[in-house]
Amino acid sequence: MSKRMKTILVWVGAAILGFALIQIAILTGWITRYYEMTLMLILINIMLAVGLNLIVGISGQLSLGHAGFMAIGAYTTGIVTKMMPNLGGFALGILGGVVLSGIVAYIVGIPTLRLKGDYLAIATLGVGEIIRITILNLDITNGARGLSGIPKLATWYYAYIVALLIILVAANYVNSSPGRATISVREDEIAAESLGINTKKYKMIAFMIGTMTAAVAGSFHATYYQLIVPSQFDFVRSIDILIMVVLGGMGSLTGSIFAAVFLGLLNHFLADYGAFRVILYAIALILVMIFKPSGLFGRKEIKASKLFNWKKKEASRS
Amino acid sequence: MTKKRWFMGITASAAMLLAACSAESVEEGSSEETDTINIAGIFEQSGPVAAYGTSELNGVQLAVEEINEAGGVNGKEFELTDYDTQSEETEAAQLATRAASEGAHVLVGPATSGAAMAAAPSAAAASVPLVSPSATADQVTVGEDGEVTPYVFRTSFKDSFQGIALANFADNELGAEKAVILGDNSSDYGVGLAEAFTGEFDGEIVATENFTAGDTDFSAVLTSLADQEFDVLFVPGYYEEAGLIIRQAREMGIDQPILGPDGFGNEQLVELAGAENVTDVYYSAHYTSEGDNPNVSEFVSAFEESYGSEPDMFAALAYDTVYLVADAVEGLDEVTPEAIRDALREVEDFEGVTGTFSFDDFHNPVKSAIVVELENGEEVNFTEVQPE
Repeated sequence: MSKRMKTILVWVGAAILGFALIQIAILTGWITRYYEMTLMLILINIMLAVGLNLIVGISGQLSLGHAGFMAIGAYTTGIVTKMMPNLGGFALGILGGVVLSGIVAYIVGIPTLRLKGDYLAIATLGVGEIIRITILNLDITNGARGLSGIPKLATWYYAYIVALLIILVAANYVNSSPGRATISVREDEIAAESLGINTKKYKMIAFMIGTMTAAVAGSFHATYYQLIVPSQFDFVRSIDILIMVVLGGMGSLTGSIFAAVFLGLLNHFLADYGAFRVILYAIALILVMIFKPSGLFGRKEIKASKLFNWKKKEASRS
Repeated sequence: MTKKRWFMGITASAAMLLAACSAESVEEGSSEETDTINIAGIFEQSGPVAAYGTSELNGVQLAVEEINEAGGVNGKEFELTDYDTQSEETEAAQLATRAASEGAHVLVGPATSGAAMAAAPSAAAASVPLVSPSATADQVTVGEDGEVTPYVFRTSFKDSFQGIALANFADNELGAEKAVILGDNSSDYGVGLAEAFTGEFDGEIVATENFTAGDTDFSAVLTSLADQEFDVLFVPGYYEEAGLIIRQAREMGIDQPILGPDGFGNEQLVELAGAENVTDVYYSAHYTSEGDNPNVSEFVSAFEESYGSEPDMFAALAYDTVYLVADAVEGLDEVTPEAIRDALREVEDFEGVTGTFSFDDFHNPVKSAIVVELENGEEVNFTEVQPE
């Protein structure tokens, strides 16, 4: 059996095993409805963090407007599913959100992705706010009142499958030829350009994929919590997602997933400590940043293919 | 080959589990009899609106203590567990689910409309009633389809009633014929109030202008309003901005009466505006510590003894909410969340510190609003506006 085949099987096996474990835990009552909400929050955060990591970690462009694109997905799905309260409407809403988010990302990407570093951060921060203020002033989005009574269509298993798909897309993008080109832009934009890489194009691709996944996450947010108001998608939400990416390690998808799970659980188990939780949460972040400034995983990934390399090495040693 | 079989085995067993995943797990509510009546206080104890949540939690705690000291209801003590939403809607939804799974019979809170609406689906899914002391948005208790949301109640009057009451007050008491509205369009609160006022006001609305929560300079919009001819300025918004609007309007020479909603009801308003500017200012309130109601004076002195400060309307509404639950529980043989929900619907002529009321078909209390007149920052006059 080829190594490639083995790698795929390990991934599929791990994914299904995870699914099975969660399902068993729910059926046996280990995961109560409250735990299920935490699980859902973690899955949505995984979608957001992996998408933002493509922009921040892989292409090296600091974006602070992620929550804005999440809002586009959330509102598109919210509006569509209120007209079509079934799974077809849900799928259509996700698709619509992804397309709309991609279009907006393309339009704002043309001028903003020419900027670098701090300037780009400020520009994307502005974009996120523009999206939020636009939603606040439109009639179809119901302004500051937000949309309520959105049908509850998202379940944890849809979110699980979609989160897996997003990880799959992101991981394959990183390992693809355009992905390599994107990484080269992060490492040294001038050097990459001198080698004939169209740096703007690859930055744009990473930016668009990242924002589209944010829209998907927004769709799940809307159809799970059944209420969306513009204030949920403010600047602070963007920072929350960025924290996950930085904590896990910019450039490590595994790190983003781990950070989303870690922070989700931390938040869950500190819930009993009330206001004290915010302090503990902050202390945890500061400690990680002091002792591991590149994030928990740095740029390392956990790869199934490494498992076989390692075995081979062991075999050759003996 | 053996490895391949192993993978196939996993895949096959997982496929079976996938098929089984449509079978949702069923959560058990707290339907069995307990020795206590469990109240979950879900409040904004931290974050931007912590002032409301903390105040309400104080009111709830005081009421629970008093009830337990008097021997509880039906021989059962009230047990309060408090949860902090951090002023976040999703957190409110999660905590409502958590409280229900931990055996709460009734959820009290959250303070804001958005959080109450976020928590409502959780309450409905767990079949536990939720009573918000101060969620004033109309749609909190009414769904899009015009049906009442079965598990949600509130102790405060709703925004549209408040808007209507203020419009009537402007018509009848102030004799206003021309009004201008300067409203907060970044909150559903401001938008809902402006709409209700516009719909009810008999005179002419000369101009409608907006501001956003967090604004501090209103001189541009006030200058344009100063040129208009009007009898009353209506400011649907919270005290943070309203205080500054009052100051800047008065300094600019706008001396018409200024009318506001219950969001004015904070001592910060006078501090922000400067006491000398707060004259001819009116706002609607849920509660007043003045007057000769013995319930109110008892509550005020008990609250001052416990917390060392005068209760605000949030504390008063929360205090009433707990007694309202106690009133509903009193007639019950078996205390379950559903039974409490049914009993809440039947509550009649409940006498609280914020007025005497019964619920209408949409779980809103039918009670009067009090319009408070401020002169040099002091409360001087109280006018009761009856619901119609």
